[in-house]
Amino acid sequence: MTTLGWIVMILSVGSVLALNAFCLYRVLTLPPVEVDNLTSPLEIDTGDTKDAD
Amino acid sequence: MSGKPQVEQFATRIGVILAVAGSAVGLGNFLRFPGQAAQNGGGAFMIPYFVALLLLGIPLGWAEWTMGRYAGTRGFNSAPGIFSVIWPHRFAKYFGSIALLIPLVIYMYYVVIEAWCLGYAWYYLTGDLMLGAGTEKYDTFFNSFVGTHKDGFLYEGGHGQVFYFILMTFILNFILIYQGISKGIETFCSYAMPVMAVCALCVLVRVLTLGTPDPARPDQNVLNGLGFMWNPDFSQIFNPKTWLAAAGQIFFSLSVGFGVIINYASYLKKKDDVVLSGLTANSMNEFFEVCLGGLITIPAAFVFLGATALVGNFGTFDLGFKTLPNVFDAMPAGRLFGFLWFFMLFLAAITSSLSMLQPVIAFFEEGLGLKRHASVAFLMLITAIGSGFVVYFSKGMLALDTLDFWIGTMAIVVLALVQSVLYAWIFGIQRGHREAHHGAHLRIPWFIQLTLKYITPLFLIGIFVGVCWTQGPAYLTALSQPVALMAVAFASLVWIFLLILIHIAGRRWEAEGRFKNLEP
Repeated sequence: MTTLGWIVMILSVGSVLALNAFCLYRVLTLPPVEVDNLTSPLEIDTGDTKDAD
Repeated sequence: MSGKPQVEQFATRIGVILAVAGSAVGLGNFLRFPGQAAQNGGGAFMIPYFVALLLLGIPLGWAEWTMGRYAGTRGFNSAPGIFSVIWPHRFAKYFGSIALLIPLVIYMYYVVIEAWCLGYAWYYLTGDLMLGAGTEKYDTFFNSFVGTHKDGFLYEGGHGQVFYFILMTFILNFILIYQGISKGIETFCSYAMPVMAVCALCVLVRVLTLGTPDPARPDQNVLNGLGFMWNPDFSQIFNPKTWLAAAGQIFFSLSVGFGVIINYASYLKKKDDVVLSGLTANSMNEFFEVCLGGLITIPAAFVFLGATALVGNFGTFDLGFKTLPNVFDAMPAGRLFGFLWFFMLFLAAITSSLSMLQPVIAFFEEGLGLKRHASVAFLMLITAIGSGFVVYFSKGMLALDTLDFWIGTMAIVVLALVQSVLYAWIFGIQRGHREAHHGAHLRIPWFIQLTLKYITPLFLIGIFVGVCWTQGPAYLTALSQPVALMAVAFASLVWIFLLILIHIAGRRWEAEGRFKNLEP
């Protein structure tokens, strides 16, 4: 492993890790979605109804 | 708002991000990327790679997220409907056929590869894949398992073990897709993505702590393995092939132009963020690719097999299913790590294959008015025929390879080009910029919009020409073989079938007045 190899690897892995950490931090620290805007699994209609078949 | 009310949505912010990231993270991150980098200048490959990420991957992803949510809030979740909202023209919906054809056909062979991963994970668990040292043993196992000897080999008695894994994979995919967006895809990805990361990190720690496993060969150590992958050869920067490989890797890795992101984004609400979500999904994909794929595969293979054995074996299947099992055999606790590795690949594959089914299901439901169970059954039948075709014509994996080139490579570039033109030249970058920022938690710099209008389409045309130039002649020549010709004819038939269904759906939408009074 050459010095340039180390530099490229650290820069590449480091920049991806930094971007990932920034994005996840922003996403996870956002205020929660308002309750009335949430669509809970129970509300989801998969298209199957009692009259199917 | 007119049109059909939106009945399916993602339940959580992180859920949609994990679903899109799960769609993007696949075998390419762990097997294709390291091979491409090592063959094209090592660390120097990362320069064109990051340029392509900034000019192609991230901007196109944002365009797809924006168009998907825009049309989704107007009642359309399938590509033909979405394209008709973006471009209110009677021909627009037919362009959407490419966004259905791609995931549908790719699923047909991808599910087979997914089943191989499950099979390998199972055989590590039972110990049947600990065959001892020697590349030829793993070659023989792979060739026999997937039937590369002759067409119909797996249909002969005693050779069909792979069918059990294909059946299990098929059933699991369709059970999850039947559950719907939130209960099926979102829930599964919420568990699968962290499990994948843990499995990959375990293997990474094992690889980075290997030291020099064979004192008789001191050159074959972890540091030299990392060097083999990362030492830059800057002379390759001036080789157009390197740029083409880097752009292709970014493009195929991020799932842009697959018809998947646009479909997933259509399940968002108007005030849901697309900018931060899109960037986060891309960054997760890059984490799996650069930080895990880039540090595991090539260094591990180098440490145990050396540079000589690696050269010429950079192909996804060679590296994944022939070279690495040899590595796990030589590695302490290799059976455990072999299982973890292939189980992780299986999870990566299933989060991707699920995303390939949803765009077609969405079309069957909203275009043809089918209920969920009917759409799932219909899709299962179509994909089973396609997968059966790929499994039967297994000699030299010609059918799989042909479909992967014409649909999994060429058609994707075409769809990405169509989408970039739709976004930048028809929808408009000012409108797109405004639309993207509804509910956004991050700003998109204006130059990205200019990039989308002027640079991205040119970049895509360059990739298209490059792929035609470098690979086109070989694949055109291959059409002289009946299996390759049948594969192309099969894909063409599926496309014609989809065009007919889209025509029927269009008549139906017009009769229902779905395109009238759409909000500007």
